[in-house]
This record gives sequence, structure tokens and C-alpha cells, in this order.
Amino acid sequence: MQQIYEVSQINEYLKCRFEDDPFLSGLLIRGEISNYKLYPSGHHYFSLKDANSAMRCVMFKGNAFQLRFRPENGMKVIAGGRISVFPRDGAYQLYCTSLTPDGVGDLHVAFEQLKARLQKEGLFAPERKKPLPRYPQTIAIITSSAGAALRDMLRILRARYPLCVVKLLAVRVQGGEAPAEIAGAIRYANAHRLADLIITGRGGGSIEDLWAFNDERVAYAIAESEIPVISAVGHVPDVTISDFVADLRAATPSNAAELAVPDQVELRQMLAARQAMLLTLMQKRIKQERQNVHALAQNRSLKSPLNYYSDRRMQLDYTHRRLSAASTTYLNFRRERFVRLTAKLDAMSPMKVLSRGYSMAMKQGAILKSTEDIAENDELTLVLTDGKVITKVQEVIK
Amino acid sequence: MSASFEQSLTRLDEIVRRMERGDVPLEEALKLFEEGTTLVAACNKMLDDAELKVVQLTKGADGSPQETEFTDE
Repeated sequence: MQQIYEVSQINEYLKCRFEDDPFLSGLLIRGEISNYKLYPSGHHYFSLKDANSAMRCVMFKGNAFQLRFRPENGMKVIAGGRISVFPRDGAYQLYCTSLTPDGVGDLHVAFEQLKARLQKEGLFAPERKKPLPRYPQTIAIITSSAGAALRDMLRILRARYPLCVVKLLAVRVQGGEAPAEIAGAIRYANAHRLADLIITGRGGGSIEDLWAFNDERVAYAIAESEIPVISAVGHVPDVTISDFVADLRAATPSNAAELAVPDQVELRQMLAARQAMLLTLMQKRIKQERQNVHALAQNRSLKSPLNYYSDRRMQLDYTHRRLSAASTTYLNFRRERFVRLTAKLDAMSPMKVLSRGYSMAMKQGAILKSTEDIAENDELTLVLTDGKVITKVQEVIK
Repeated sequence: MSASFEQSLTRLDEIVRRMERGDVPLEEALKLFEEGTTLVAACNKMLDDAELKVVQLTKGADGSPQETEFTDE
């Protein structure tokens, strides 16, 4: 009698057989993603298929967290993991622990290796980052002259800050020649001091397309640039070595243009604000000066110039009165002195002596003082107070 | 052109700072106000008149940069 089993017993049995098989416990499988679903739990469910077959896959949240890209339907990948049975459904599936885009697996490794090495060399150190000019005069753009990236950047620069000059150094941004051209252009811009800011980058693309910006030649050129460099590669989630080395990482080329220059709308607002500030300050100042003048005006003379005038007039009158009084006094004094002197002079006059009864004898116009000068019969003139007498000398008595 | 724009802004800030201190004589404050107003007008005009200049650089025979006008529109 053959043994009868339950479904779950068989599923459990198969699960054990699968898991005991070393071959199935660590596989890398190449395929294309389809029916991709991300559940709210954070687990990823998808199928891996090739031209003829398909296989169910699950990637748990913890492993999916390590992904550097977002899996998409149609994406060719290499999935790593173990194959086991999901007992509930009796279906086997790949329990996926790693997922890398097919064909770039080794690039990916190279990226991580270069990143680790340059980090160790200090190329990503924050203190190496140079400040960007606030108002760049000349921006060197190192990218493809045909790309959308350039058009996007020029459109934004034109809108935001048309004061700057753009110097385009056209290079190839993908393919084997690209790294040397990009690095060469960065060094050339430095050697000729072409600009005060460099933007280098390109639009989005596959990881291979962006690969030039993961090249160490570009990384060293950026690191050695004396002109600040903005790295602008791909779309928002794309990260390249250039982004780590550059002085500033922009999420996209458009974003690089936005970060590179100020916005004229904001500049105009700022200018208007300065103008308003100047006006306010000036008005405040004038108000303050007016208060000062007002305080001064409380002074009587300034408050009423007429008062000042009459005050001065009164002062003048007073001075005038004092002056005339003084001159009168002076004149009186002089007059009195004259009278006194005249009287004194009068008293000393010989005529005054004669008026007291004396007379004066003169001979031939000379006053006689001695009998020696007189002889008998001399004719003498006697001067009296009221006239003269002519006499003849009869006798001289000595 | 851009240099004078930046210089103008720098000077403008300096003027605002000096006027904020309020210790400049009235006569000078008036002059600063006038200069600041002129600078604001000049900066606005620079922005009004500006047109983004784009040139393509190529390495000349002697290695020196050669400029050619680049039109992207």
C-alpha cells in the first residue's frame, strides 16, 4: 500500500531538497525583469525571463535597500540569490539578494573601487571644496555642443543672469575618447584662465553613457582645477565620481545653471529693497535734522528775527545815549578848565597890576627898571591902567 | 560688465551700512543717498540691457583659445 501525503508535506519536502542543493543556494542568473512590483511592505516581486522561460523572484526589503538603481520592466539584469520553494503556493522562486544591471557589473565594481581609492586619497574631502563666485563673470561649460544639457543650461543662464559670458568647450561626453577630452578641457580652461567657474556634465543616460564622469582622469582634472567646478551629470539619482570630486554637485545640468548664478528676479527685489532702505534711512535722517533745527529755533533770536533786531536796536540806542552823555561831560570839563586857565592867565597880566594903582615907565618902548637908564630931560611914557602920560624928567634921585 | 555689477552691489551695501550708522554729516548722507540711488538705477539698467553672450572656444594652431560666436537657438 503506497503512502499518501498531504500537499504541504510534499511542498516542505521539495523545499528541503532545494535548500540542500549547493548549486541552487548561490546562483547568478541573467534575465530581463518583467511584472515588477514594489509592495508597501518594501519587498520587490518580479519575474526574470529570457526568450523562452520565466522564473518568479522576490527581493526582500533588506536586500532591496542596497540597490543603487530602481529596477524596471525590460531591464536586463544579473540576479543573484538562492532558489527555493514557497510552500504555500508550491512554486519555486529565486530569493534574490543582489541585482546589477547586466553588462555593467564590472563597471560597477570599478566604480566602487575607484571611489574608495580617491576617497582614501582625500579627493572628496570637504575642506578641498572651493567656494563658488557669487556673481560669475565667465562660465566655461564643458559638455557636448549638441546635447540637451547645453541647451537647458543656456536657457536657464539667459533667464537668470544674462550678465555673464558663457564659453563653451565642446567635448565628447561618452565613448572611449570622452574622459581624455573632458579632462583636457578642464586643464585647458585652467591653463588659459578662461573662466571663474566651470560646469561640466551631460544629460541623463544609461550608466555606460555617464561612464566618462566616473573616469579617474576626469576626477583628477577636477580635483586639480583652480577654477571651481560644478559637476552636472545625468538625472537626479545618478551619482558619478565627478560629483564627489567637484566643488558642487548639481542634480541635473539645469540645476547646475541654477546653482551657478543668482536669479535676476531676486537681484531686482534686492535692489528695490536697498532703494527702499536708503529712502527710509534718509527720511529718518532728515526728520532727526529737523528736530535739531526745531530745538535751535527755541532760541528767542531765531524764533523771531524782529525781536533780535529790536533788541539790538535798543542796545544801540543805549550806547548812543551813553556816548552823547560822555561827550557832554567831556565838553563841560574842557570848558571849565578853559575858564580856570583864562582866569589864571588874567591874574598874571601886567595890566591887572596897573589896575591896582601901579604904573609902568617906558623909554623908547622899553620898560624902565633902574634909575641908571634915565637922564634929566629924557622923555618917558607912563602907562596907566586907562591910558598913557608923556613926561619930561626934571631930576633923577638915586 | 558683470564685474561692475558686483562692484556696484558691494558699494551699495557699503553705502547702506554707512547710512545705518547715522554718524555721517548730513551733507555726506545726502551725497551717499544720491550715489546709492544712482547705483540701484545703474544695476537695474545693467540687468535690463544684458544679453547672455555665448562663444565657442577651440584650440588654435598655436594652442591659444579661439573664440567663435555660438548660437543655440
